[in-house]
Amino acid sequence: MSTDIIVEFNNISKFFGSVIALKDVTMHVKKGEIMCLLGDNGAGKSTLIKTLSGVHKPNEGEIIVEGKKTTFDSPRDALDLGIATVYQDLALVSLMSVTRNFFMGREPMKGFGLFKVFDIEKANAVAAERMGQIGIDVRDPSQAVGTMSGGERQCLAISRAIYFGAKVLILDEPTSALGVHQASVVLKYIVKAASEGLGVILITHNVHHAYPVGDRFTILNRGKSMGTYPKKDLSREKLLSMMAGGEELDKLEVELKEMDRISKSNN
Amino acid sequence: MSTKSQSIDRKSQDERLRRVSKLKKLLNRPELGALGGSILVFIFFGIIAGDSGMFSAYGTLNFLEVSSNLGIIAIGAAMLMIGGEFDLSVGSMIGFAGICIAIPAIYWGWPLWSSILFAFSMAVLIGYANGILVVRTGLPSFIVTLAMLFILRGATLALTRLITGRTQVPGLRVLIENDPIAWIFSADVFSGLFVWLGSLGLIALRQDGTPLATGIPTSVIWWIGLTIFATWILMKTRYGNWIFASGGDKLGARNVGVPVARVKISLFIGTAVCATIYACVQVLDAGSADTMRGFLKELEAIVAAVVGGCLLTGGYGSAIGAAFGALIFGTVSMGIYYTDVDTDWFKVFLGAMMLIAVIFNNFVRRRVTENK
Repeated sequence: MSTDIIVEFNNISKFFGSVIALKDVTMHVKKGEIMCLLGDNGAGKSTLIKTLSGVHKPNEGEIIVEGKKTTFDSPRDALDLGIATVYQDLALVSLMSVTRNFFMGREPMKGFGLFKVFDIEKANAVAAERMGQIGIDVRDPSQAVGTMSGGERQCLAISRAIYFGAKVLILDEPTSALGVHQASVVLKYIVKAASEGLGVILITHNVHHAYPVGDRFTILNRGKSMGTYPKKDLSREKLLSMMAGGEELDKLEVELKEMDRISKSNN
Repeated sequence: MSTKSQSIDRKSQDERLRRVSKLKKLLNRPELGALGGSILVFIFFGIIAGDSGMFSAYGTLNFLEVSSNLGIIAIGAAMLMIGGEFDLSVGSMIGFAGICIAIPAIYWGWPLWSSILFAFSMAVLIGYANGILVVRTGLPSFIVTLAMLFILRGATLALTRLITGRTQVPGLRVLIENDPIAWIFSADVFSGLFVWLGSLGLIALRQDGTPLATGIPTSVIWWIGLTIFATWILMKTRYGNWIFASGGDKLGARNVGVPVARVKISLFIGTAVCATIYACVQVLDAGSADTMRGFLKELEAIVAAVVGGCLLTGGYGSAIGAAFGALIFGTVSMGIYYTDVDTDWFKVFLGAMMLIAVIFNNFVRRRVTENK
């Protein structure tokens, strides 16, 4: 079982000065599974993503990639080990073409020495083929990304990460800006990617998007992990209430009743 | 994938098909506006001043030379603008590079070629300083290079007066003769061809039988060469893709591993080097350096780049467009002398042209980025 684990994060803590952004967060992701990371605003999701992708260095804890303990000094290090992050801004330039975006920073080259040039024909072919595989027919890969829909852009960003050898995909709120149909297209693609052997860490605060596709769920609250649950141990309602800070809502309900009672007895 | 979702995909594919017609794709090219503008300008002067000698060999070379001078700096400015930054110090750099050539050559006895190399190394240094300041401080390049505009112009004036006691440094012409590299900036090309054309009576001759137009100025060759080189970089190389990416979205570009800071610094060096090429051409042509050389040229370069389709916000534009922008500028600035129009109106035309270009570019940008 442990051989399937691609990345493990053990007891990760991150402090910013006196602020404890993350405390003892432990999680792992296996080949072919979708691990959902859920949390409300301010739960520490962004900090965790940045730690996982090499932007921040954790103050405590260890990162184990395919059985080997490592440290990430930069996002490049994480990328080199196959851990690719698709941020919310997608790192796409809307004025540039699909192809130029797809290969941005990693352009295929041809020719020798000083005359090495960007092999745009090959790049066009690969971009069109890759987008075709996920059901987005890019008839003209030189069309600007700005003309694509939000879902298509998300798929482009994911597809790019996979093409460049991602073993683990960290997806930051991939559905947050999308409509229902677009979101389902993206989620379908994520499931497909996982079924082909990738490990996916899906970060979201939308339970309705996470629950149908996730295999396991880690809930983050105020910088701490509230545990990881496989889907069979967790109903959608349970997840929802944990997410929304169910206890807090319960407490609020009690307080409201109390206020109600007091105001009634006063009258 | 289910058949149902496939049918949805088919439908969305058709929607996309409808969007991309040939004409619309052409409309999205950045240099289209400048190309159309050039054609309009030529038609206009063809009608107004067609028989005035403007389009004779001599007249043509005249406006081509003016265009080419501007074109050299406009291409540097366009590349930088695509990379998302401005350089307002270009004009001052021209003056500074001029005295960097003239003072060592005349007052310190350096060979001319070494003072030319000295000017280029100063350009690299100043471009690097501009770039590193913009990249490190995160301040708008507008402010940083505006400061550099004053610093360089002031330093040019102060140093020249300190060393020479005046603001002009003449006397370079005699040094050009035997210099190994000065011809790169000052010789006329194909002068044999022009003599031959003159002997055939195809072009106008002087009293002594030599042709009026003695050859194609090197600046025109520089202009065309730089345009081709810049276009090749932008369209065909990895670095070109990085320029577009850095200007289009520097955070996104950085996240996928584009060395944005390095790209921007090198582009600042590029504008300073272009300014120095311009300075070489001017100084060697005139045989003297002047501290006021290149005054306001930075704005003309920006006008040419913008008329050529570069977006002020970066990420979009072309070197060919900038070359055409410079051609429009040069043609009108010279052509106006062949018409009855008072030359005082030139700047009115310039401003109007820029305004139209910006409105047009804005429209193009919205077309390209609009999300349906």
